[in-house]
Amino acid sequence: MMECLWCAKTIILDITWMNLFMPEKPKPLCRECVEQLDQLDGERCKLCSRRSEIEFCLDCIQWNKHATKKTIELNYSIFAYNPFIQAIITKWKYRGDYVLGNIFQSYFQQTFKDTFAFLKKDAIIIPIPLSEERLLERGFNQAKRLAEFLPMETKEILTRIHGEKQSKKTRAERLDSKNPFFMKEKLQKPVVLVDDIYTTGTTLRHAASLLRDNGCPKVYAFTLIRG
Amino acid sequence: MFDNQPLPEKSQLDKLPFLFSGKLLLRKEIALQDEDFQKLLKAKLLIQLKSITKRNFVYQCMRCGNQRPSLFATIPCHRCKNRHLYCRKCIEMGRVLECEPLYEWNGPRPDWTRHLAPSSWDGELTVDQQKAADRMVLAINNQEKELLCWAVCGSGKTEMLFPGITEALKHGKRICIATPRADVVRELRPRIQQAFANVTVQALYGGSDEKEATAQLIIATTHQLLRFKNAFDLLIIDEIDAFPFHADPSLPFAANRARAAQSTMLYLTATPRKEHRVRINQKKLPHTFVPVRFHGHPLPIPVMNMVFSLKRDLKNIQAPVPFLSWVKKRQNSTRQLLIFVPTIRLAEQLQETLATIFLKEQIIIAKDKLLFVHAEDADREEKVNQFRQKELTVLITTTILERGVTFSSVDVAILDAGHEVFDEAALVQIAGRAGRSADDPTGEVIFFHDGKTEAMIQAIQSIKMMNIRGGFA
Ligand SMILES: [Zn+2]
Ligand SMILES: [Zn+2]
Ligand SMILES: [Zn+2]
Repeated sequence: MMECLWCAKTIILDITWMNLFMPEKPKPLCRECVEQLDQLDGERCKLCSRRSEIEFCLDCIQWNKHATKKTIELNYSIFAYNPFIQAIITKWKYRGDYVLGNIFQSYFQQTFKDTFAFLKKDAIIIPIPLSEERLLERGFNQAKRLAEFLPMETKEILTRIHGEKQSKKTRAERLDSKNPFFMKEKLQKPVVLVDDIYTTGTTLRHAASLLRDNGCPKVYAFTLIRG
Repeated sequence: MFDNQPLPEKSQLDKLPFLFSGKLLLRKEIALQDEDFQKLLKAKLLIQLKSITKRNFVYQCMRCGNQRPSLFATIPCHRCKNRHLYCRKCIEMGRVLECEPLYEWNGPRPDWTRHLAPSSWDGELTVDQQKAADRMVLAINNQEKELLCWAVCGSGKTEMLFPGITEALKHGKRICIATPRADVVRELRPRIQQAFANVTVQALYGGSDEKEATAQLIIATTHQLLRFKNAFDLLIIDEIDAFPFHADPSLPFAANRARAAQSTMLYLTATPRKEHRVRINQKKLPHTFVPVRFHGHPLPIPVMNMVFSLKRDLKNIQAPVPFLSWVKKRQNSTRQLLIFVPTIRLAEQLQETLATIFLKEQIIIAKDKLLFVHAEDADREEKVNQFRQKELTVLITTTILERGVTFSSVDVAILDAGHEVFDEAALVQIAGRAGRSADDPTGEVIFFHDGKTEAMIQAIQSIKMMNIRGGFA
């Protein structure tokens, strides 16, 4: 018997001729819960993954006008932010229900395969780190958990100093805050940064800027949610 | 969660029992600097308990009692660098990790004040209320283990508790009123503080400002009982039949642990569950019964109304015709209307449809006089308040408003009363929303259905039964 990781209801698998002979992989969520996830399909901004009818959303056009240097090539996200996924994320990373990360495993793997296949095998995955204080408090890093789902080499070469919580800052404060990251070693390969949420992109741009200054030719961002 | 404090001065060390006694805490719930915390451990004033134990191959969380394998998981823990268990069941109250113990006070128990005249309440009880109150006082004085108070919806159960609480406070007892919903905790707090003006009162619920739980009289959500051990001389469990107390084994586990050795547990309910009724019939559970509402009028008896097209109407988001004709020719059209539906989705969908029709039929004067509310609604408190203040005319709701809320003058309809969410207790509670004030002691309650269920029949029968016991033949 399987239980939905989120609502704990028993999951009943549909029996079809296909899975009668080839048992389906265990599913983390029941169908009702899956339906509440808002997967980003259809038109999106090619740079930031926001739902957008035009190729580049106005924010991104605006950003590029004022950008002094190149940071991330693009961000690709899987889900739109809605109250349902917000509740899952809150319980996962803030309450610390580690196992909830499994909900995202197959989405994360499949989307990566579909989107970043062009990178071949020489790219490196780098999860956005937590500060040591935050890590002690939560017991695990959600970005690292997501990175573990990917079949690529992962390097934890970024560290982060303890600062105020991003979520407590205003948008403007977040946009011009200082770079909280440090790099343990140089890296001359393309990088995919992994994090749970892309909101303004500031955190990812800080990390990307540091990586590029230290030899990475290209930096991409792969995130679970477009906030 | 807390800002860690240094230990109080030597002269104030006798404050420690008040801070820590009767609790079972995680390290982060103890607001002490590490140095002082270690001192208390060394002095054996605080002792450690294993947080997750294993017996006969079964794991158990020692905070919430959880034994379900699916509600444990493992985590590669950054603190101890091992992979080990944590409890998923009680994680909302702070995660219990296998590598971290729970802490318990091992020093002297605090001396709670013996109040000479604790009650500042000047109201009066009805004869029926007084009878139940006297029985509760007796149970407290005799340190009876448990007593169930079966009081119909609208009998004024809070006031009935006052004599018992007064008695307990005179004897220097510590008291907790536990209730399933945070709304009710918030509503009770000022009422209780007013009735016992010189007693320390604290309200505990997820997100409450008061977290220390150092008061003699605590009002808490049932979940908060998980933080206590051997704490209360009088433990009052409100709505014992309500979700989640009867559905969740961790809550009886916590309640039994939270009570002190020589203590009395009072259960309050308007609709006792079968397990309790059986024990009452077997004379294993003492009880007292309050069959009459405080205003002395009988409970409104629900009327069943068959709607053949019900499922189709609701699916097409249409208002069933028999429902509309009832709404239009209600006996007292000045009453507000409370409409119960089985799902959040339906509540949401029906809003526009009903608002449009009701506006046309002049049941509401503007579309925004009809709203819907459900458990996950962020504006829930505000909407319920607006309805209570009569700023809204119609409120569509899920079972979230089935109990614990009082509106002065409403008619009640259930759309799809045969749905499984409306069990007997829910139906009795919902019917109990009508006729709550002395100014308008009646109200209509209609079950719209497309096939009678056992729950509907039982609910109506049990309401009639209570009226008979209340002397209304
Ligand atoms: Zn964009
Ligand atoms: Zn637990
Ligand atoms: Zn550990």
